[in-house]
Amino acid sequence: MNVARNMSQDTPKSNLRKDIDENLKRIYDDALKEEVPDRFKALLAQLKAKESRK
Amino acid sequence: MTSFGPSSEAVNDPRDALPDHIPSLRAFAISLTRNVSEADDLVQETILKAWSKFDKFTPGTDLRAWLFTILRNTFFSSKRKTRREVSDPEGIHAGNLFERPHHDGRLAFGDFQRGFDKLSAEHREVLILVGANGYSYEEAAEMMGVAVGTAKSRANRARARLNELLGLAPGETVLADPSGETMAVMGRSGVQAA
Repeated sequence: MNVARNMSQDTPKSNLRKDIDENLKRIYDDALKEEVPDRFKALLAQLKAKESRK
Repeated sequence: MTSFGPSSEAVNDPRDALPDHIPSLRAFAISLTRNVSEADDLVQETILKAWSKFDKFTPGTDLRAWLFTILRNTFFSSKRKTRREVSDPEGIHAGNLFERPHHDGRLAFGDFQRGFDKLSAEHREVLILVGANGYSYEEAAEMMGVAVGTAKSRANRARARLNELLGLAPGETVLADPSGETMAVMGRSGVQAA
């Protein structure tokens, strides 16, 4: 099977690094897209209310 | 702040900026725990801690980095205390089948996720801070409470380990032949090694 070993022949190491970083960003961005549960809005509202009573 | 007039930070309570950072905190927490409900508990604890010590936050500095520091300290200290298995040993993507490598030879994302899940939390942390968030080694080192050299070598080891889990030789970008057979075998050996 004659598979291209690299997209480009130059600096395979930096290509791999770029590949890994892109995948890491995707892992992080996927987690970032998760909708924030209401419990945090409620928690912040609660903390804020407590603060203003001080 | 008295003689130069109120800075924007003095006017804008950093507490008001907290909601903007919750998605990032959750993403970081999910990256560390690889478990959404555990991540949410961690974020909740981080918010409570941050709220109680906002007076220790230096206005004008990176609020997100400050919050990340609280979150990762909370995570690692509770991990030490309870000594329980923090992450799903099989990873949250354990159910996924290995994807065939893309015809252009790029890393298949499903494979990558499985490899990432098998890293130690310390390795996931440094890769997410530096690789995904683009923090400098200096910034990451400060958040992790280690020397810059330690952060660098940890990142290098994390990348090497990830390559190993993905069955990649250093400098190799192709995962396997198009049948995916080689990748599956390498993936299993990666599991045993983990």
